[in-house]
Amino acid sequence: MTETTRETGGLRVKRGLAEMLKGGVIMDVTTAEQAKIAEDAGAVAVMALERVPADIRAEGGVVRMADPEKIAEIVESVSVPVMAKCRIGHFVEAQVLQSLGVDYIDESEVLTPADESHHVNKWDFDVPFVCGATNLGEALRRIGEGAAMIRSKGEAGTGNVVEAVRHMRSILSAMRKLQSLGDEELMSEAKEHRAPFELVREVARTGKLPVVLFTAGGIATPADAALMMQLGADGVFVGSGIFKSGDPATRARAIVEATTHFEDADIIAKVSRGLGDAMVGINIGDIPEQERLATRGW
Amino acid sequence: MKVGVLGLQGDVREHCTALDGAGATPVVVKTADSLASVDALVMPGGESTTIGKLLDRFELLEPLRDRAESGMPLYGTCAGAILMSKEIAGPHDAPFRVPVLDVVTRRNAYGRQVDSFETDIAVRGLDEAFRAVFIRAPVFEDVGDAVEILASVDDRAVLVRQGRFLASTFHPEMTGDNRVHELFVSIVRGAL
Repeated sequence: MTETTRETGGLRVKRGLAEMLKGGVIMDVTTAEQAKIAEDAGAVAVMALERVPADIRAEGGVVRMADPEKIAEIVESVSVPVMAKCRIGHFVEAQVLQSLGVDYIDESEVLTPADESHHVNKWDFDVPFVCGATNLGEALRRIGEGAAMIRSKGEAGTGNVVEAVRHMRSILSAMRKLQSLGDEELMSEAKEHRAPFELVREVARTGKLPVVLFTAGGIATPADAALMMQLGADGVFVGSGIFKSGDPATRARAIVEATTHFEDADIIAKVSRGLGDAMVGINIGDIPEQERLATRGW
Repeated sequence: MKVGVLGLQGDVREHCTALDGAGATPVVVKTADSLASVDALVMPGGESTTIGKLLDRFELLEPLRDRAESGMPLYGTCAGAILMSKEIAGPHDAPFRVPVLDVVTRRNAYGRQVDSFETDIAVRGLDEAFRAVFIRAPVFEDVGDAVEILASVDDRAVLVRQGRFLASTFHPEMTGDNRVHELFVSIVRGAL
């Protein structure tokens, strides 16, 4: 019997995996042990990286893709999908991550950019990519390059949700505005957003991105996660917020539960009790302009 | 007819749209109260590990088992199909389930995400081929005598029915083709 022809690496399976993650929490992990804690807490996926953003901020230096050995250990240790970060524009790190069998690549501003003008051409890969965005134009440029999932950037490693809120509101309000425009206005709007015209037209018609929109950067509490969900995120990335807190397992579980029941204040109140210390936060105004991660990406 | 979609995590919205297109009234189910109000339930695609844990934590496992065992039709896609399986073949288990369907299921059986695929399949009872999307999909390794195989890929069952229970390892909610949901709605109608 001849085998069925299987079409792999297509748009629908790439975007489709992100659809399956909706309503869930994706957690940053640096070791297989942390990955198990995240999975046990109910994470829908884990994000493998070398250091969590709060440590990157504290220690500085060039930040690269995690050690393949570590990534392979994490891939082995959990049943949920494993994501991993590559540097902006570093298509060879992306090739390595695809070769390691990760399920999603995050071309991330949290690592030190490898190219100051270009992102990875994500169409070249069978593995899907998620990219950060601070506004609609940036989101559509990334989708134009082949990203199959978008996350609002926020300001990673701060434990301060204010930038995540700003970016999510910016993306959603720009989409609402597009819906109210006439066809003849869309080209100049595409120019304003520096975004591909066809994608601008698609958003104007559907009122939403053609891919799943998660949120990231500064989410530290169950209420933060529920706030972002109520604003319109499809799901949540939590980085330093879990493993830089006093009791990671309990906090991780509470954030998962608040994300599921994001509209139920009684449940959010219940799961938020007695979680121990949240990570120490940073005010955005205290971070020098050149140290802000969200400005990376072109 | 009210058909619930388990809304703890996963592609809930897509199932609601497909059910609406198939002539049912979709209801997102996150609590035991909302579960009690529906005539049938769809368990969507998502992460079976996560959905299983949330079923347990929010005390939905018992009410769901009770309803499924006392006549409520159930349809599971991918993660949902794993959660309906009587048995899970290793290495990855799914400890919290509603094990009403007499199948042995293996998770992530085709490999990792780069091995996710789509293909046309022939479904018993449908005239035209169905475009099936498999995302980190499980396989039904073995099916019991009471289980009818409605579609297969490379000799492995991908859509099965056991009385009022329906399960697919692929995602018919992702293609805009509502024929599998129409089949489920007709099962629900027959059970009312």
